[in-house]
Amino acid sequence: MIKVRIPTPLRPMTGGKGEIEITGNSVGDMIEQLNTSHPGLKDRLCDEHGEVRRFINIYVNEEDIRFLTGKDTPLKEGDEVSIIPAIAGGA
Amino acid sequence: MAKLRFHIRFPEEKIPEPIIYQIGHEYQVITSIRRADVRETTGWLDVEFCGETEEIERSIEGLREKGVSVDPIELNVVEHEQTHPCTMEFSEEQIQRYSRHIILPDVGGKGQKKIQQAKVLVIGAGGLGSPAALYLGAAGVGTLGLIDGDVVDLSNLQRQVLHTTPNVGVPKVESGQQLLAALNPDVHVQTYQEHISESNILDIIPEYDLILDGSDNFGTRFLVNDACFFAKRTLISGSIFRFEGQLATIKPHEGFPCYRCLYPEPPPAGLVPNCQEAGVLGVLAGTIGVLQANEAIKEILGLGESLAQHLLLYDALEMKFRRVGRPKDPRCPLCSAQPTITTLEEHHVSCSL
Repeated sequence: MIKVRIPTPLRPMTGGKGEIEITGNSVGDMIEQLNTSHPGLKDRLCDEHGEVRRFINIYVNEEDIRFLTGKDTPLKEGDEVSIIPAIAGGA
Repeated sequence: MAKLRFHIRFPEEKIPEPIIYQIGHEYQVITSIRRADVRETTGWLDVEFCGETEEIERSIEGLREKGVSVDPIELNVVEHEQTHPCTMEFSEEQIQRYSRHIILPDVGGKGQKKIQQAKVLVIGAGGLGSPAALYLGAAGVGTLGLIDGDVVDLSNLQRQVLHTTPNVGVPKVESGQQLLAALNPDVHVQTYQEHISESNILDIIPEYDLILDGSDNFGTRFLVNDACFFAKRTLISGSIFRFEGQLATIKPHEGFPCYRCLYPEPPPAGLVPNCQEAGVLGVLAGTIGVLQANEAIKEILGLGESLAQHLLLYDALEMKFRRVGRPKDPRCPLCSAQPTITTLEEHHVSCSL
């Protein structure tokens, strides 16, 4: 199993769940699986070309996939994936 | 001018603070007083005295007459330093006010002096800026800049601890200046009652050593990042959303990644809910704002490990802190070798995912 951490702004789409378990071989697989179980999630994560949006980072364990192999970044049993959007609040 | 080191031990186990103040006062200057690690239990202090040798000897005699044990260490070490630590003068009141810093290993009188000489700009006198400015002011940061164009609103007081109920309706920078002046009259508070923008930012930030971003929208955050890059200033960026916070220290001018290496572009307008609708836990603003102040003090003192290559994530509900890697992006539009952004641009976007 691979644990995926869902950030607060996306939890309305996961029924409030902050953590979802998936199986999958890559980050791309993970996104498709998440979208199957929670339709619409892919649109929030990816742009019209299917690329991860530029203000959202996906970390496999502690590494940003943009500095690995993007959506092709492989996943294995026991990995933890975090979806981290930019946040701007401060006032 | 000589600098001599002594071990001194007070008559009682507990180190009486008045004597620490007295040392500072009578002998003009302490460059450092720190508890020697192994001797802490027996009340030994490792103290440096600066001044004319005869004057120091007289002072030592004076201490001995009061029952204080004084052992010289490295008595032969007499230094003439170019940047004279002996000229650091604290008033008796300042020695009392900052005594918990001055006796702290790694801070000492020298560190306190660095804090006193520091100039820090706090962008936004709101949720993050309030606690950050209060702690920086209390610590004795010499110049604190506050920039904010808003007035205090009743709905701010749940978290913006720089402001009080009687100041509802008063410009935030003015309200902040009042509280900081009451907290610590040593601090010079420079106020800017305006919103930071592409037209004023490059006039303001070069005046400061360190910039703390406590703004509330992506447009300002990208603007501040870009301007700090162009002006070569270290930026400590904190942000909050509901129960979550993020923190990073940004210094691309020292070869570290910038904010755009982390998030290349702000989200497009309309994709995101409004900040005011999203809500935020008041205490979270305190947690992240105080962490920004912590990182600022570390930068000033050159202490510890910074968040220059990490992003700190905090979840107030799970009570978890996590750090993720934040590499420099070789294709960064701003700080890479082939930048596509070479001037400031204004972004008008809203504030969250």
